[in-house]
Order: sequence, then C-alpha cells, then structure tokens
Amino acid sequence: MIILRTLAASALALSVAMPSMAADVPEGTKLAENQTFTYWVLDGIPSLDPQINTTTDGSDVLRNLFEGLYNEDAKGNLVPGVALEHSLSDDKLTYTFKLRDNAKWSNGDPVKAGDFVYSWRRLADPATASEYAWYMELMQVKNSKAVIAGDMEPSDLGVRAVDDTTLEVTIETPLPYFPQMLVHASTFPVHQGAVEAHGDQWTRPENMVGNGAYVLTDRAVGERLVMNKSDSYWDAENTVLTEITAQVVNNVNQGLTRYQAGELDYVEMPAGQYPRLAAEFPEQAKSVPRNCSYIYMMNLSDKGPEALKDPNVRKAISYGIDRDIIVDRVLQGGQKASYNWTHWATAGWERPEIEYAEWDQASRMQKAMELLNEAGYGPDNPIELKLQYNTDENHKKIAIAASQMLKPLGINLILDNYEWKVHLERLRNQDFDLARYAWCGDYNEPSTYLDLFASYSGHNNGKFLNEAYDAAVQAAKTADDPLPHYQDASRILADEMPIAPIYHYSLAFMLNPAIKGWPYENLGKNWYGKDMYRVAE
Amino acid sequence: MISFVIKRLAVAIPTLLLLIILSFVLMHAAPGGPFTQEREIPPEVLANLNAKYGLDEPLWRQITTYVTSIVTEFDFGPSFVYKDRTVNEIIAQGFPITLTYGILSFLVAVTVGVTLGVVAAIRQNTWIDYFAVGIAIGAQVLPNFVMAPILVLVFTLWLGWLPGGGWQGPEYWILPVIALSTSFMASIARITRSSMLEVLTMNHIRTARAKGLPERRIILRHALKPAMLPVISYLGPAFVAMITGSVVVDVYFSTGGIGKAFVDAALNRDYAVMMGVTILLGALTILFNLIVDLAYAWIDPKIRY
Amino acid sequence: MSLISDDTAAAAVPQKGRSPWADARRRFFRNKAAMLGLAILVFVTAFALFGNVLAQWSNEELDFMVMGQVAELGGPTLSNGHYFGTDDLGRDLYARTVQGTQISLAVGIIGALIAVIVGTTYGATAGYVGGRVDTLMMRFVDIFMAVPYMFILILLLVMYGRSIGMLFVGVGMISWMDMSRIVRGQTLSLKGREFVEAARATGVPAPVIIARHIIPNLLGVIAVYATLLVPLMILTESFISFLGLGVQEPLTSLGALISEGADTLNYGTTWQLAFPLLFFILTLFGFFFVGDGLRDALDPKDR
Repeated sequence: MIILRTLAASALALSVAMPSMAADVPEGTKLAENQTFTYWVLDGIPSLDPQINTTTDGSDVLRNLFEGLYNEDAKGNLVPGVALEHSLSDDKLTYTFKLRDNAKWSNGDPVKAGDFVYSWRRLADPATASEYAWYMELMQVKNSKAVIAGDMEPSDLGVRAVDDTTLEVTIETPLPYFPQMLVHASTFPVHQGAVEAHGDQWTRPENMVGNGAYVLTDRAVGERLVMNKSDSYWDAENTVLTEITAQVVNNVNQGLTRYQAGELDYVEMPAGQYPRLAAEFPEQAKSVPRNCSYIYMMNLSDKGPEALKDPNVRKAISYGIDRDIIVDRVLQGGQKASYNWTHWATAGWERPEIEYAEWDQASRMQKAMELLNEAGYGPDNPIELKLQYNTDENHKKIAIAASQMLKPLGINLILDNYEWKVHLERLRNQDFDLARYAWCGDYNEPSTYLDLFASYSGHNNGKFLNEAYDAAVQAAKTADDPLPHYQDASRILADEMPIAPIYHYSLAFMLNPAIKGWPYENLGKNWYGKDMYRVAE
Repeated sequence: MISFVIKRLAVAIPTLLLLIILSFVLMHAAPGGPFTQEREIPPEVLANLNAKYGLDEPLWRQITTYVTSIVTEFDFGPSFVYKDRTVNEIIAQGFPITLTYGILSFLVAVTVGVTLGVVAAIRQNTWIDYFAVGIAIGAQVLPNFVMAPILVLVFTLWLGWLPGGGWQGPEYWILPVIALSTSFMASIARITRSSMLEVLTMNHIRTARAKGLPERRIILRHALKPAMLPVISYLGPAFVAMITGSVVVDVYFSTGGIGKAFVDAALNRDYAVMMGVTILLGALTILFNLIVDLAYAWIDPKIRY
Repeated sequence: MSLISDDTAAAAVPQKGRSPWADARRRFFRNKAAMLGLAILVFVTAFALFGNVLAQWSNEELDFMVMGQVAELGGPTLSNGHYFGTDDLGRDLYARTVQGTQISLAVGIIGALIAVIVGTTYGATAGYVGGRVDTLMMRFVDIFMAVPYMFILILLLVMYGRSIGMLFVGVGMISWMDMSRIVRGQTLSLKGREFVEAARATGVPAPVIIARHIIPNLLGVIAVYATLLVPLMILTESFISFLGLGVQEPLTSLGALISEGADTLNYGTTWQLAFPLLFFILTLFGFFFVGDGLRDALDPKDR
C-alpha cells in the first residue's frame, strides 16, 4: 500500500469561529452499558510519537491520544481542537491562533502555545530524524527547509508563542488550505517534560502524557492497543465511548470472520466481497469514496523501454485496459473507473472533457490497435513490458486482469512482484517499465495530485518532463480560479499519457450498527472516538 | 557426559557468529533499507537516522559493535521500526507467547501422538488401528494454514465457543495449540506405532510375556521406553518445524508471537529485530538439539558420549 | 545394513541365493499401501503432464462471463468447461490445478534432488576421508543445523525478489544436512569392508572409490530418504506460498492455490480450496506411502 496520509477537509474554508464537536447523542437514545469500540488494523502500529509516526493506522490512534489545533467533524469540516479560532494577516503569511485555556495534559499540566512551538521544532529538527520532517516544508512554515537541512537552528522556525494561549505561525507563501493541514498528526503537540524524561521510551503506556480524549492503557506490539477515556480532557463530560481497542488481525479475510463472530466492531472488506455483504447486511456494509487514486506509471526516462517513449504506445496501453471490469468485477467495492489522475470527489475539481473516457471499450481497443500499428507494433510485432507491483492481493488481481486485457493488442505484460521497500527503491531508480502506483491526497484540493507530475516533483518517478504541464500547475498556484489550469494540466496528461489511470479509491467496510457517529462523509476517514457512541441493541 | 555438553555448547559460539555475519551481509546487500520511503528523505535527516542506528559505520565495525553489545550487555539494540521498543523488549513481549503455545503444542503432540501410536500398535490391524492411522495421515498432510481458518470458522463463527484470536487468557490458547500441534501429533503417532510394533517383537518382551506379566505392565515398563527412541530423534526437526509453524499461528490468531515479528521485520527491513529473532532461534535450536541428544542417551544406555 | 549391488561386492560378500534387490522388489510389490501410493503418484504425474489435454481454458485466461460473480457462476460444471470451477478472477481452476501440480512436483523433486546430491557428496566425502577432515566437516554440519533456514529463506525471498530458482535452491538447502549425516554414517561402515579396502589397495583414487563403490551401495538409503523428502519439500513450498513468497503469477503452485482457497472459504467458493487440496493431499499420500514401502522393502528390520 502506498503511504496513505490522511489529511483532508471538504472545504477550503477560512472560517474562524466554528462550533465545537463532541459525541452528538440525540435525545432519548438508549446507550449501551459497555461503551467500547474495537476496530481492525492489519498490522502493528510502529510508533505512537506524533512526530515520528508515518502510517494511517498510527494517525487514527494519535487523533484519540492527542489533540492538534483543529479537528474535523463528520463531514471533514474544521472544528476547534486546542485552538478556538485564528486570524490571518493581510499579506496572508501570518496566522495567529487563539488557544483554549482549559486544555489539559493527562498529567494535569495545562496545554500551552509553547507546547506546539516545542513540537513543531521537534518535527523539523534533524536531530529528531523524523521521516515526516518534510511536512513542515509542505506547510510552508518559514525557514523549515533550512532547519530540516541543518543549516539553521530549530529555534529559527517560523512558529512562536506570543503568550500561553496565543500561537503565531509565519509561512513563506500564501497557502489557502493551511488550516486544513493542521489536522495532520505530525502537528500534534507533545509534552516536553515527558519526552525529555524518557527519551524514545516516552510513548510507552506508563510514560505517555497526552492531551487527547483518550489515554493509552495497554499496547502489545503486533497484537492490540487499548485506549481509555481521559478524565483530564477538556470535553471529557461529553465523551461517551470509554474504551477503544485497535485489534491486529494480519489477514483481512480472517478479520471479516472475526467481525462476523462479533469480536470486532469495524473491519475493512476484502476485494470482491462488498456486493455480497451489502446484500446480506445492508445495515453494516458501507462503501465511501476515499481520497486516493490508482494508476500504472510508465517509465519515460532513459532507463525505460524504447517503446514507452512513443506517446501512441502509452495511449494504447491506457486505452486497452478495461477499467469497468476492474472496478465492477474485480474490486467490486464502490471504486470508480478513472480516466484522469485527480480523485473525482476532490473539492474544487471537475474533470475536463477527456475523449477516451466517453468511448466504449470496443472503440478504445480499436483506437489502441490503430495507434500501435502507427507506432510499428501490434500482435505481429509484440511489445514485452514488465509490470511491477508491490505485494498485495488486489494489486496482483488487477495486474493479472490488465495483462489479459492487453494481450490481444500484442502488449505482453510480465508480472513483476516486489516487497514494498524494494518496489519503492526500484521506482526511485527508474528500474521499471510499468509500475503500480497510488497516491492519497494530503489535503482536499486538486494540487495534491497534480503537483506530483511536475518536472521538479520528488515523486515523478516515470520522469515525465513537460514544460506546458509545469506552467499549468504553477499558474494554478496564484490564480483566483485555479480550476481551468488544473484542467489544462489534466488534458496534457491525457494527451501525453505518462500514466494510465485505473481507478479512484473507495473504502468498503463493515461497521457494527450499534456504533454511531462514524464520519461516513469524511473523505480522509479522520475519525475521532470522542464523537462516537454505542447504542443498546 | 559433561565434556560432551561443553563441547556441544562450544559449537554454539561459531554457529551464532556465522548466523550474525550471514544475516548482516544478506541484509545489507539487499535493495531497500529501513528508511526507504516514498518521499526522498533530506540527506541531513537520513544521515542522522543512519548515525542513530550505527549504519554509517563500515560493515565489519557494525558487526563487532553488535556482537560486543550482545556479549557484554546482552543488548540487541533498538528496533528500527518500533521506535520506543528495544529488540530485547520486542522479544520479551513475543517470546513468552510463542513459548507458551509452543510448549503446550509440544505436550499435546507428544502425549496424544504417543498414546494414539501405542494404542494402534497394540491393536494392530483392528478398526482402532485403522482409525488412528487414518487420523494421523490425514492430519499430517493438512497444512496448518488450511487448518487455522477452518478452526476459526467452526469454533468461533459457527459454534461461538472460542475466541478467534488475540492473547488474553487460556481460552485464547486452544485454537492456536490445535492448529500448531496436529501435524506433529500425527507424525509422532505414526513413528510411535511403527517403533512400538518393532519393539513388541523383541526378545525381552517375549520373555516378559512368557513370564505371564500383565500386558499393561509390559507395555508401560518394558516396551515404551525403547520404543521412544525414534520419537525422540524426530523431536529435533519437529522443533524447527514448529518454529516455522508459529508464523502461521501468529498470522491467523494475532497472538503477537515472534514468528510474525520476524516476517514483519523482514518486510520492513527492521534489521535489529531480524537479527535478534534469528539469533534467538539459532540458540534455541542448539539448546534443543542438545536436550534431545541427552534424552536419547538417558533412554538408550548403549549410547555413550 | 547390507544393500550390495555391484560386482566387487557380490564377490566379496557371501550371498545366499537371490540378490537383495530382487527381495526388496518383491517385498515392495507385496506392500498394498505402497502399491496404492504408486498408483496415486502415477495418476498425479499423468494429471500434471497430460491434464492440459482435457482443459478447455488456459491457466491464465479470464472468463469474463464468470468474473465478478464467481460465487454464483464459477462453480464446478461441465457446461462451461470449468470442471473444477474458477478462481476469484474467473480463471479456470482445472487448468490452474494442472499447472500448480506441475510446479509443486517440480519443486518437490528438484528440491529433494539438490538435497540428495549435496548431502550425499558431502557425507560420503566426510565419511570416506575420515579423521580430522571428517570431524571438521561434521562440525560444519552441526553449525549449519542450528541455522533457522526457513528464516534465512524468507530473508532471501523478501529481499532479493522471488524466482523459481531461488525457491529450488532454498528448499534444497534446508535439508541436505540430514542427508549428509545419514550418508556419512553408512559410509563409515562401508569403508572397512573388503571390497573398498581392495580397491584402495590397488591404488584407485578416492573420488573414484566414492563414486564407484560407496555411493552405489548407499542407493537404497538414498532412495528411501529422497522419496520421503519430496513431500516435505512440497509442504515447505506451500508454506512459502502461504507467505506470498512463492512462484510468480501467472504461474501457480498447489500451495498458492490452497492458501488462496483457504482465505475465501467463508465466501461460498469451497471448490477453490477443495480441488487443489485434493491433489495436494494425494501427492503427499503417494510419496509417503511409496517412501514407507521402500523403507520396509529395503530395510526389513526397521519397521
């Protein structure tokens, strides 16, 4: 799985005064006696240190153990966390956050602006050696680049505490979606005393000091993690769930069995099971859009195969893959066939007209054959290409299907399976022909996708270098209405076809109907235990 | 005897050294490191990460440092992935679990297997024999990764008798132990049966029978001990196979044992955990083989070391 | 043990009447279980080699009529040519089982061969040369015995990518040590025999003696051991496939098919487990029965 970062919000609102959020239990609801929630995770969670964590599962836990400046509500709108509101300077470069004065650490200390300063510096400080240090750069925090590179002291970072309840952040260029980025776990505060007293060990249950609605009570690596309601949380009286357990089940099918046996309240579904489960358990089986996009990336670099240098061949590959079959017959979990890169549900995005999206598959195949013949290939002169994917049941199935779809065109795909780390290494070194790739939006705006294929991007592993594309993406950054520029960029991708879009993600899962308050409409799946409750059955 | 034990333990040292060197070289030559990730890590951060874990030193330095800290402090270093855990702690958490279901499986496999084998041998060519042999053969060829999901399906989902995974108390032990022990139970039953049949034709048994000793006593006092020899020599390989099987148990029953810890470590390039688990398993194998040899010598007085 | 086949031996050791090989053959053919095992193996091998003749689909074609509704339409039936049903993607399970059986047999046999060749050479050399070399070589075996091979193999497959070659070598590597120990023991006892001494006295070089006189006399033991090793190799391969580290798509093995089938057991597609498992079990039974039969036949006292 590609790193799934969860940072999303449905609107780029700069709204300042926002309603608070807590478990919204309607009048007359009969609550269950045991307010517990046990959810499935595939693997152990490596780190519970907000500045060290790199996984989505980790972020899910951290959102409960800590609280950042802002939270998201069930629809992905920002709601106050430690910060009540903020104001923005006229040059749009200085944010001033007003923090609540009743926020407390689990040891009783008040949460102060200085805690955020400490934590943000800690994230950027090369001594912390955080793999997520770049997040400060993504947020454009002043001097972050130099601090991360070790050229400046962490104290030079553009963040300071004006007083205990006022935090001031200076950024380098205007960034309309800056507040949305504060929902990310990397920006959560940590307790300086606890970190300094225990070093790397501070995240153990006996040492951890957090400011979230829950405290860590038990953690058996690779087995389970238990959180209990924190009494020191400022909104503790409105927190209903008393115990949240992340249960590791290393096999997704096994997870489903155990969900059905009542051992789990939440589990993601194996591919292909959604239609059956939705018919059988309509109350429990859900599918919601997820802010990620799946493609086959083509290697256009010098190390790539000769055939892929021809846009006609690249188009033929893309045309030849029948996406409807992949989403409707293989994955069957509410995914959407895609003919462009940006996820369809992204806020502020509208797909431009892309010709081949409108054709039926027979016409695509015909066109693909014509293009291949033009390029001098075809069934009589087949192209042999390696299709690299990282180990995963679904990637394997899609690769098998794609290879069968392209076979009649004379494009023979050889499946090439690697472990995740090796897959990444090969991508970065351009050691591939075609590679499975996916990206999850860092925030809910088209640029999180489209920036990726700019020539200067760190992710453009297929080495698609196109000046017109760069120009379009750049123009969007300063435009009042960026959409036309995003659409231009999208059309260039369709004309040059450096990637074959396959599908836009959805998230298909089973949720115990007794659990209420799940944020179905939150595109980034940012859930908070404090907003949920369990009703009596 | 004592000199034999000392000699065998002395072999352990080069073995473990070889293991360490082999694993080190294999790991470091492989593509993809513990910090390989999608986005390029700034060189400064990468340098700090490497320095923190000593990866910036030449390979031989890393090996000597590693060995020294094991020998002097029994310290296997910090995990590369679980940042707040040391390898010692990860092993301390997972190993007792693996050991618990491992020992239980072992006991079940040996007691049930031997009983089944002895009964089958005594009642040779009766339906009891055929039944026992049938069970044994069937169990031997059913891989535990097929058995595990079936067990969960039947006992957790359909019957609702037992939890399908986790490690919270004795009721959580049952399914893992069944899944792990069955095929060894089967092998032991088959070995016991054929060895028992052979022993029963021996002279001292005939003599005992001629003397009119009760059958039960003949079996328990005179036949069982010599019949155990092939079973004991099977225990060595069985032990190694059980360690392997623990991976399946950990995956299906989320027990949190070290088998899964190892596979995860390999996938995530957690060098330190990989090394720690490999060394632990190597040492255990040596120890266990030694115990098997000693047990062998105890049962068969002809063997002298 | 006296399993003597070559002429020198026949001359050197007094024989009573029939050759021991003929005896063994007779015992083997009278053993019902072994015969059943042999019949099973013949059937499985024929299935692997010629099963494709009957297949109406290739092992990689997707049946778009079935795909997406496998639980409803993908069951075993004669009408659409999927005798064993289809897998999750709508590929013909019959063709895949045939192909998986080929790979599993190949891995089992080649893995066992590697173990036998390496183990025999090593053990025979150590036993024949004797003295300090023997001690040293066996000490090495002791050392290698303590290496958790499955884990090293996992390391190799995870880090260096999967290939059939790596798999063959990997499973072979796991079990040559036992073989070498057995062979060494046998060699030690053969070494003192007259025909070997005679050859040595006439100045035949050591490698020739090992190849001509020692190994042929070990064939019985080797055959028994190798036959019992094959099913263990197949089991090992299935474990590796379970971890997802086995052969690459579109190729498959029985182990890979079984682990896929076991995963989807609860989704109403039992045939995905049943058919591959049937052939898996048949193959293992066959080898176990034949191996046991060979052992009983070649070494009557060990029963």
